[in-house]
Amino acid sequence: MTQGPMSIDDLKRMAGTIRCDIIEMTCTAAAGHPGGSLSATDIVTALYFRVMRIDPANPQWPDRDRFILSKGHACPAWYSALAERGYFDKKHLSTLRKLGSMLQGHPDMHKCPGIDMSVGSLGQGISAGLGMALAGKLKKQDYHVWVVVGDGECQEGSVWEAAMAAPKWKLDNFTVIVDRNHLQNDFCVEDVMPVEPLADKWRAFGWHVDAINGHNMEQIVAALEAASKRKGVPTAIVAETIKGKGVSFMENAADWHGKAPCASEADQALCEIRRCICEI
Amino acid sequence: MSRIRQPIQPDPPSKPRLTTSAMIASIASEGQRTKAAPFGHALVALAQERSEIVGMTADLGKYTDLHIFAQAHPDRFYQMGMAEQLLMSAASGMAREGFLPFVTTYAVFAARRTYDFICMAIAEEKLNVKIICALPGLTTGYGPSHQATDDLAIFRAMPNLTIVDPCDALDIEQALPAIAAYNGPVYMRLLRGNVPLVLDEYDYRFELGKARLLRNGTDALIVSTGLMTMRALETAAQLRSDNVDIAVLHVPTIKPLDAESIVKEAARGGRMVIVAENHSVIGGLGEAVAGLLLRSGVAPAFRQIALPDAFLAAGALPTLHDRYGISTKAMEKKIKEWL
Repeated sequence: MTQGPMSIDDLKRMAGTIRCDIIEMTCTAAAGHPGGSLSATDIVTALYFRVMRIDPANPQWPDRDRFILSKGHACPAWYSALAERGYFDKKHLSTLRKLGSMLQGHPDMHKCPGIDMSVGSLGQGISAGLGMALAGKLKKQDYHVWVVVGDGECQEGSVWEAAMAAPKWKLDNFTVIVDRNHLQNDFCVEDVMPVEPLADKWRAFGWHVDAINGHNMEQIVAALEAASKRKGVPTAIVAETIKGKGVSFMENAADWHGKAPCASEADQALCEIRRCICEI
Repeated sequence: MSRIRQPIQPDPPSKPRLTTSAMIASIASEGQRTKAAPFGHALVALAQERSEIVGMTADLGKYTDLHIFAQAHPDRFYQMGMAEQLLMSAASGMAREGFLPFVTTYAVFAARRTYDFICMAIAEEKLNVKIICALPGLTTGYGPSHQATDDLAIFRAMPNLTIVDPCDALDIEQALPAIAAYNGPVYMRLLRGNVPLVLDEYDYRFELGKARLLRNGTDALIVSTGLMTMRALETAAQLRSDNVDIAVLHVPTIKPLDAESIVKEAARGGRMVIVAENHSVIGGLGEAVAGLLLRSGVAPAFRQIALPDAFLAAGALPTLHDRYGISTKAMEKKIKEWL
């Protein structure tokens, strides 16, 4: 297991490993959400292997950074990152969504080590994260709360209740990363319900906003590390991503929001991802 | 076993005083002894011992008596704005970090607007959040937007949630440390402002999950909760002059129900069982008790005093309580018909 922050190239290789895990997990479970997991993979990788202050051997360490995947259906990416980081044995990854598994269809903080908040109903994780950031200020602890929300999730009104609230308390220990993959359950975000101008919306609510390529590891790490040091204001990072990133037939296809690959599709996907890892 | 120390004085025969503001109408009858803001003061006292208590509200601090806490502990008070979903989820995050949030809003908003947030962010995780909600049942003449006639029905179906419906100022003062000592989510119906003081005349002590027999009686048993216990005691005192002898079992914890006490009392002496609640006839204490008695093989004559299955009118509270059958007068009339 890696100790200390990873290099950019190692992060890229780890993101490839996590993508392979996502394909294998959803294929074995014959269920799950590969598209949104693959779009969030690079962000989650950068957080767990470079940016966040964590101790996998001590998941409840009081001074740890907190992470919430508010778009909880993308949990295969979260579970894989936790397993690869050493929170639990990788053998559990094959139990996704099985009866009695600690890897529920949506993350459960009482069942799985490293899950800081149960999520699943969209628009809730961000407000829970805000509560944890308020608590950090009140306890005078300097942990940072990181929340990943989906772009479709930004249609939930409660996201904007939290967006309005964080600047009130100058929550500079609070960063929201929007996984802007342009697709949601039914179809394209812009057809279902437009969310643009997304960066301007967060800015108008009083956040510092960075717009980045959510698959460019250098940009991701730079934006996250800057957010962790910023004072007096919460940070929103609008990360432009591709749903299904890394698997040709899943990329930009709304079909792969909540559909698992069959064995032959999984084989092809793994080949493509491994080829990319070799080219790093 | 509790007993009456002195009889309750009946309401004066004068016409009920109509308050000008339907929103902040008091449920106290004219001349009744009251205590101001028992929740706010009890929370301040509790917060002096327990530094992990925080208060959070969604623009209803002064109408839920939380403003008293806010003044005493400004550093531990969070005004979340008119954003009830944020209120509940943020409270879950605070509880996850070891704080003990008391969140306040109106019962309609908690039950109807934030159901999913309480369910998924608080109840499923068994997080230690106390949800304290004013205007339960018919305690405002403001109309259906503010009358939580369905909150017990809505919340009873939520796993892990403890539900408390105190009767008066004393009940609230005693319930507060009890629900704070319990580690888990609680929904408490709040009487606020000048709250009647009744139970100090009884040998009463609030115990979470326990019903209390407040008076014995041979002709009928009223099983009641919330402010209807006060009405039940008044009704029982009135009917005593007609030689009708009514027992009153107060059930301040709706969930989990004190099945043992309720079944024991209902099975005693072949008395009619009358469940009285400040809530719709559907899904509240009445149906909870009916189901419990059926499952237990106890089948007394059974009646409900509750609000109708309807969106209720706006108007002056005393008039509405008469019209919908939860005033002492209306209750007395019904029970006389039944017995």
